[in-house]
Order: sequence, then structure tokens, then C-alpha cells
Amino acid sequence: MGHGGGGMLSAELVRDVFAPAFGGEHLAQLGDSAVLDLGGARIAFSTDTYVVRPLFFPGGSIGDLAVNGTVNDLAMSGAVPAYLSCGFVLEEGVDLDTVARIAEALGAAARRAGVEVVTGDTKVVESGHGDGVYVNTSGVGLVAPGVDIRPQRARPGDVVIVSGPVGVHGIAVMSVREGLEFGVEISSDCAPLGDLVRVLLAAVPDVHVLRDPTRGGLAAALNEIAAAAGVGVTVEERAVPVPAEVANACAILGLDPWYVANEGKLVAFVPPEHADAALAALRAHPLGAQAAVIGACTDQHPGMVVARTGLGGTRVVDLPLGEQLPRIC
Amino acid sequence: MTAPTTVPAERRRVTVQGVVQGVGFRPYVFGLARELRLTGYVSNTSEGVVAEVEGARAAVAAFCARLGPEAPPLAVVQSVRDEPVAPRGDAEFTIEASRGGGARRTLVSPDTATCAACLAELRHPDDRRHRHPFVTCTHCGPRFTIVTGLPYDRANTTMAGFPMCARCAREYGDPTDRRFHAQPVACHDCGPRLRLLVDAPDGPVERSGDPVAGARRLLAQGAVVAVKGLGGYHLACDAANPTAVAVLRHRKARGAKPFALMAAEPDEIAGLVHLGPEERALLTGMRRPIVLLRRRREVDEQARSLVADGVAPGSPDLGVMLPYTPVHHLLLGLPGDAPGPRLLVMTSGNLGGEPIVTDEAEAFDRLAPLADAWLTHDRPIHVPCDDSVVRVVDGEELLVRRSRGYAPFPVALPFTVAPTLAVGGDLKNALCLGRDRSAWLSAHIGDMDDLATLAAFERAERQLESISGVAPARLAADAHPAYRSAGWARRNAGTRPLRTVQHHHAHIASVLAENGWDGSVPVLGVAFDGTGYGHDGTVWGGEFLLADYDGFRRLAHLAEAPLPGGDAAVHRPYRMALAHLHAAGLPWTAGLPCVDACAEDERRVLARQLELGLNCVPTSSAGRLFDAVSALAGVCQRARYEAQAAIELEAAACAWDGPAPEPYAFHLSEDPDTPWRLDPAPVLRAVVADVTAGTGAQLIAARFHAGLAGAVREVCGRLRERTGVGTVALSGGVFANALLLTACLHGLRADGFTVLRHRLVPPNDGGLALGQLAVAGRL
Ligand SMILES: [Fe+3]
Ligand SMILES: [Mg+2]
Ligand SMILES: [Zn+2]
Ligand SMILES: [Zn+2]
Repeated sequence: MGHGGGGMLSAELVRDVFAPAFGGEHLAQLGDSAVLDLGGARIAFSTDTYVVRPLFFPGGSIGDLAVNGTVNDLAMSGAVPAYLSCGFVLEEGVDLDTVARIAEALGAAARRAGVEVVTGDTKVVESGHGDGVYVNTSGVGLVAPGVDIRPQRARPGDVVIVSGPVGVHGIAVMSVREGLEFGVEISSDCAPLGDLVRVLLAAVPDVHVLRDPTRGGLAAALNEIAAAAGVGVTVEERAVPVPAEVANACAILGLDPWYVANEGKLVAFVPPEHADAALAALRAHPLGAQAAVIGACTDQHPGMVVARTGLGGTRVVDLPLGEQLPRIC
Repeated sequence: MTAPTTVPAERRRVTVQGVVQGVGFRPYVFGLARELRLTGYVSNTSEGVVAEVEGARAAVAAFCARLGPEAPPLAVVQSVRDEPVAPRGDAEFTIEASRGGGARRTLVSPDTATCAACLAELRHPDDRRHRHPFVTCTHCGPRFTIVTGLPYDRANTTMAGFPMCARCAREYGDPTDRRFHAQPVACHDCGPRLRLLVDAPDGPVERSGDPVAGARRLLAQGAVVAVKGLGGYHLACDAANPTAVAVLRHRKARGAKPFALMAAEPDEIAGLVHLGPEERALLTGMRRPIVLLRRRREVDEQARSLVADGVAPGSPDLGVMLPYTPVHHLLLGLPGDAPGPRLLVMTSGNLGGEPIVTDEAEAFDRLAPLADAWLTHDRPIHVPCDDSVVRVVDGEELLVRRSRGYAPFPVALPFTVAPTLAVGGDLKNALCLGRDRSAWLSAHIGDMDDLATLAAFERAERQLESISGVAPARLAADAHPAYRSAGWARRNAGTRPLRTVQHHHAHIASVLAENGWDGSVPVLGVAFDGTGYGHDGTVWGGEFLLADYDGFRRLAHLAEAPLPGGDAAVHRPYRMALAHLHAAGLPWTAGLPCVDACAEDERRVLARQLELGLNCVPTSSAGRLFDAVSALAGVCQRARYEAQAAIELEAAACAWDGPAPEPYAFHLSEDPDTPWRLDPAPVLRAVVADVTAGTGAQLIAARFHAGLAGAVREVCGRLRERTGVGTVALSGGVFANALLLTACLHGLRADGFTVLRHRLVPPNDGGLALGQLAVAGRL
């Protein structure tokens, strides 16, 4: 299972298997989406496949994820998402009503995100060869001239901002999937981030990095950026917003909320002189109302993410493995 | 002086290796040569101490024979080689200057406590070093922590910045003086300076007057003072002052973890703890570790008032050390001084898990939230070195933390190793370098979660390479995929081979190496600890291995229980108790302390989590079984420091003063095809029955210790029948439990086993690197 976890194993698979096999300079950048020059226009292009269980969860469904996941990957290149393709893989015997509900949710999500689904495909696999419904979406969007947002651009001194509380989506999905009752219902934060990025770029054109901390959570996103740019990232532990109900659920399950997936959040690296403007712009938008500065880039400990604890200690935040194994002897 | 001309003279060159530099070895050689009327010379070289002696054949032979056995106190002679050379007819015996260069085969002495002669000078009003805070000689004082390179000469120490005054230089140059070539020699005129600073809004401000007297006044008033020692800063406060102790505990955010104490004399604490001859010898010896001393059950009012309850709440022991630097002696007061605190809390000047602070600027910055004042000085500390921690088990020393006074003295190996670096584990990290038949285990470094510890790890590694001269051609690391130490090894191996060593195999190899086991036949290794990565992806920790250095077979283990939420279960022992009840098929009955300790919300989710196996790695850990029983018996529900639940369960067992407890029985299933499983389910059932019947925690704890020791004995007995192996090696952090270790030693010996146990290498992960080295480096 580890290879889908968004952690160290998945990173290895991309680096050691896919990237060498496919070749190409754009893939080598390993961003969430590729930015391509196409007849003078700069096009962001991204694809993602959704295998979430359950198909419906508080705050969304696989249909919402299929739109928002891909739209957000485009937005993280600074693109304005425009068109999506959509492929369904259905397991024989799946309830048609379920497919219809997913399709409706997908369409509604696309309208909310301001994108159009322009092409699609459906395949049916034998019963037992699939897991109900898989959805793949690909998307394209336009990147404005002068916008250059990618992990490699993180610089020492950059301020790190997160657009809101972390860990909500993963806990929401897990609680319904596993039938865990935490006393309060936790709803996914699943949302399209194109508009939030638009207002951010209007206020601060020179954003260095954007990343949606999905699989592997905040910890994975920050580690990937630190590694890509060869910079260190220092996070103030107490500055990272974690909703109380998420913190409580994580404490009970023995999970670290920084490693839990999000679907409606972004992490922005901005030059220090623009940090205030960036924070103000994010906070003025409903999806960024609880944005917070959580840390900064440094030339110390390149490639590493370090959390400064309330006591002034410095805890190394690793790239998550597929499974959290105890280290206390 | 010259040899009689009528007797044909013989000349031999003698090379001595070991800790022979900076310990008064050359003056000793000089004295011995003169006594035997020999001519020649002695010199420090990078090969060791080299002497050529010439004279009557019998005298030369006597010299060679007496050289090792009569060496000065700090010297450790590893080898003496001699060879004939052509006579030269020197006029006298001389001490020659040190010669550098060449391969390094000499050793640096650990730091040692102020000797009796220096202490007498410190106390004597007419001595020129009366109250000198840095009094030292060739027989005592700092070594390891001030060495910046080899050979051990003043220029290669942090004393390089203190030019000697004429009087000190005269002592330093006089072979008959106790300070001949004592590198840290100094006096009031030329030595480092002590300063007292107090916290102020704009940073520390220096106080005028006698710094020590000022610090003693502050301590008496309840202040926390950061005191610069040999290997780093301590935070000190008056141990009798409950408010001061509480303030320090709060500032260090230390939970209930015991503080160590410093006492002027063993008798100061004789009313509080049991002091056997071994304990007294450890307390007053030259290494001066923190000695864990069992508390007395009955303590009179007067003794009780010496130590506030907050010093070591819930601990069966008090950790006590005696002063080991002149500053400590002054701080506790010389005869005739104004009264001050009699016992001081002395805890490492750091934040939990971080390396001890050694640098003055860092101390002012990082310790500012913790300290009210600083008693500091300007002699730099080159490498940090925490206090060592030892206890006496079954009449012998057992190191719990190997650091000051022990590091960097190498462990002698019973076989040859390739130049190898073993990076150790992730908690209590210490690394190990090996070459030939020596293994240099570093001082305790800390927990690798911390960026500061990673930096300290790299510093320690470089320094150990420089003082051992080992250029590692191989690396060894734990097999755990997420260990940071192993990650460091992967990043830094370059083209050198890196071998991973299974955690418990390394524990067993560590105790074998320490005991000089040559590895020609396997042993039954019992490795009990908290957590180690197993080959099958589960978490091991209650293992019976048929092992030698080359490999191991898992013959038996504690039956697995789920570890719900990984480290969360470790921090909350009640979760471990509930997981063990779940594994044993026992209900979570209201009224059981571990059930009541778990909020209903959490219990509901935990039940589901266990049912689904969600984030529940199976573990055969013995440490976690201790946690479970501790919580089940109502002893400890939340662990605020490592192994707290187990330590408090041991304390409860020690407090049992009734008749010999009836041991709880485990169930051993002997499947011929898979490792045998030692199932604790019957133990849990019996504990539940005892708790339900109102049996006290002390008896439950005693029955559990007796039961586990009995199980070890039984399993080893059955495995001996199967394998014919009659030697048992005990390792892993659980064997820092004195009660359990003693019971296992006695039981196994009674059954005719040869038992190998740890002494000078910690059984916990602090000793792991030695085992990794033995496995990966052995030629
Ligand atoms: Fe261990
Ligand atoms: Mg994606
Ligand atoms: Zn001395
Ligand atoms: Zn002097």
C-alpha cells in the first residue's frame, strides 16, 4: 500500500521508475502540473486519478475531488484552470445511481471551479477487478506572462504561508471509511483554489512557490519543496493551524496532523517583503480566511524541514513513509 | 647515573600503547628508569609512549616488567612491546619533546575528577592555588572535552589560549613535579576566569565580587543557576527547596523525569538511600558518574528535608554524583565557608533531547528562559559530554548512559574489525568507530529527532575520527527505514558499503563484544526493549535469538499485541494496557485503572481502531508489556519521560515487603515450524483478577517481575534442550531494570547457564552502535 501514500516510496517510484522511463525535461521538474509553451501561450497541464474510499464523505465525494484535485494542481502553477477531461473506470455491477450522483457532483464542482469538462471516456472492468469507481481527470489552464511558480524557486528568506487549518480532509474521509466516531462530525475542506490563487497573484505577482498539501499532508509538501529548491524550511510548530477536532482525532489515532491530507488548502512561499500583502489577500478570500504565516525558508539545513517547538527545540520533520512506525525504543 | 662500565650494557626500545598521554606517564617512566639506574629517553609519539632504556640486563628486564603494572592512576596500558636496539651509551635518562605525525595509535584519557592532592591545595589557605577553580594536575582534570587534536599537547587543547605564567611553566617543565606536562595546568595568575552573571532584561549582567560566593547566595535564595562544568552546562538549584525544584521542573518542561543530585560526600545522602561498598566506590572514584541509588523505605524527618519531593517523584532511585571539578567543590562549600545548600539538583543544561549546551553565547541565549544566573568561565569546551549514569546490579556496575569519565576510552574487542563507523540508534544515540581490536564508543549524543542533535552527531563523529585515527571504510546502521541515524549513514556513505543490522541482533552483538565473546559458537540472546524494527515489518522487542556476530535466528518471542497509534501508545500506557487486554480477549471492564484512565470518546475510537487494525503495528515488545501492566495495575497511565511506566512499576515491585511473590505464569507455545510464542495473556488475566480482588500494585508489580524472570528462565531452558546452547546473553533497555536483571541472572545461573550481561556498555540503545560495529566490521 505504501506506494500510493504520497510519501517516501511514492517519491522513489516517480524518481527511479517513471521519470527515467519517460524522460523529458518537463517531467524532470516533478511539479504537480507541467507548464508548457504552446504556440506562444503558456499552458499548465495536469492529470490525476482518484481512488478514494468511500465515494461519498462529509463535505464531498470522489466527483468533487476529481475536479478540485486537478484544478488545484493547475492553480499551483499559477494557472487559471480552463478545461478538464474526465475518465471513469467502473467495476461491473456498480450501482448506476451512484455513478449518476458522482457525475452530478463532478459537474457541480466544475461549475463552482469555473472550468468546463470538454472530453471524457468510460471503461467497465470485470467484477472484482476494480473497486467500484475510479475517476481520472486531466486539465489545462493558462499561465499569465511573467508568472513563474514552481518548487525550485523557494529562496532562503521566503515566508511560508498556509491558507487555512490542516488535516481536515484526511480525517473526514478516514472517519467515515473506518466508522470512527470522534463525537463531532468532521467535514472535508475539499474546494477549488483557482480563485484564491487569482487574488493572491493580483496582490503579489512574484509568488515563488505554491503547493496544495494533499497526500502526505503539510509535511510532504514542505519536504518536497525543500528538496527541490535545496533550501531549509523552518516551521513554528505553534503557528500551524490545526482544528481542535482534528488534533483530538489525530491524538486518539496516533497520527500527526501535519501528515494528513488536505484538499482545499495551499502553501505559499513568498518573498519576505510581500508576506504581509500575501497574507492580507488570502485572508480577504473566504477560502483563505484563516491563512497564517507558519515559517520561513533558510539556507541552514538545506533539504530539511525543521519544526521549532514551543520550548525552542528543533524537531526534524521527515518525509512520511507509507506507514508510521514507532521509533521510541 | 651511568651504568657500570664492567657490565655489558643492554638497550631496549619499549613502546606502550593505551591511554598513556596526558596522564603523567613520561614522568613515571622517568622515575622508574632513574630508580633502576638506566639511561636513555622517553617520548610521546603518535604511536604511543616510546622509551629506550640502557643499562644492566636485569635492570632493563625489571623496567619492562614493571612498566605496565605500576602505571599512574589515569593511564590505561593496552600493550607493552619491547625490542633490542644498539647501545648508545647516553649519559643520563631524559624526557624528550612530543613528536607528532604518523598513524595515531594513542588514546585520549576521559575527563576525571579532581584528585586528592589538588583538592588539598584547593582547601589549603597557604597554597598558591587556594580556591583556584581550575586546579588540576597530571592525575586529574579535563582531557577529552578540551582536546582539539593529537598528540595531546597544550597547543592541541582549548588551554592554548592561556599562556602559562612563569611559576606554572616551571612546574610544567619539571619532571619531578605533579604538573609535569599537565596540559590544563593554570593558576590564579594565568588560568581561565570564573564569572557570575545574572539575568537582566537586556541580557546577562556580570556581578562583581567572588563569583562562587555569589552563586551560592543565589542558590540559597532559590535561584536556578547555569553552571559550566567539564562537558557542558548544568542547571543547578537547591534540592531542599521545593519551590526552586518546581520552578526548574516547570521551566525545563520536564514532566516527572527525575533530577540528578550533587552531594559533597556520600554520607550526606546515607539517610536517604542504600549505599553498598560498590556504590561508594563508584561515587568517590575518579570517573564520578551519576549513581542510581535505591531509596530507603524508611527515611527520618531530618533526611527527608534534604530533598524536595519534586526532585524524583515516583522514582525508586535517587541519582547522585559527587563534585568532580574544583568549581563543584567550591559551590558545595569548603570547610569553613558560610553554609549553603547541602544537596544541589544538577540537571543537564539543555532542552529535552537536545545536546547539552557547551558554548557561552549559546548558554546566555538558549538557557535564558531556564536560568536566573550563570556561573561560567572562559575555558572552551571542545565537545559536549554529559554526565554518565550507572547503577549497581548484582554487585557489578551497569552503565545506563556512557559519557563523561568513560568516553572516549575504547572497548577492547575479541576480534579484528575493518575501519568501520556504526551510527547507532535514534534515541540515546551514541556512535562507534572501530579498527583492529578497538571500538571507540562516543559519548552520549542525544535523540536524533532534533536538528541540534544531528549537528552534535556530526561534530562527535569528526572528533572521534580525529582522536581515534579511524578512517571508516564501511558503515553500519539500524534496519529501521525511518531512523534518522540510518538516513545520515545513507547520505554520507558515498561509495563505502553500508550494512544494516537488525536492532536486536545489534543489542546481542553489543553484549557479546563487551564480554570478549569471540563468536566461534552461538549464544541464546535475550533482547528485551521498547521498540526495534523487525525483519517482518512488525515491531520487535521481546526476543529470544540464537545469535552470533554473523547472524541470528528468531527462536522465540513475546506474543504480539497491537501498538495502537505507534508512539501515541508509548506515551499513553493505558492504551497499551487496553491493546493487551484486546489481544488477550479480555473485556475492558469499568473499574480497571487503565479503562477508567481512557476517556469514553477515545475508548470508542480505540476499540474500532483495534478491531480494524488501523495504524496498529503488531509488537512483541517487552517494554510495552511493562507499560501495559503498569497501567493495568494503576501505577502509571501517561509516560512523560522514556520508560516512566516501567520504572514506576519496578519501584512498586521494590516496595513490596511481603513474602516472596507467586510469579505470574506466561503460556509458551512450542510450534516446531515457527518461532515459539511466549503469550502474556494468562498474565494479563491474572493481573485483572488481582486488581479486581483489590490486590495492591506493589504485589502485582512484584508478581510480574518474578513472572517475567521465570519465563526467561523457562524459555532459555527449553531452548537449551533444543539447541544445546548453554550461554545466555541479556541485552536491551529493559535490562536496565535492576530487579529483573538480578532475578534473570540468579535464575539462569542456578540452571547452569553461563550468563553474559552488560557492565561498561549500556544495555539500552546507547550501546547499539557497538553491536552494529561488531556485526558489520568483523573480519
Ligand atoms: Fe533497543
Ligand atoms: Mg496531483
Ligand atoms: Zn590533581
Ligand atoms: Zn600560572
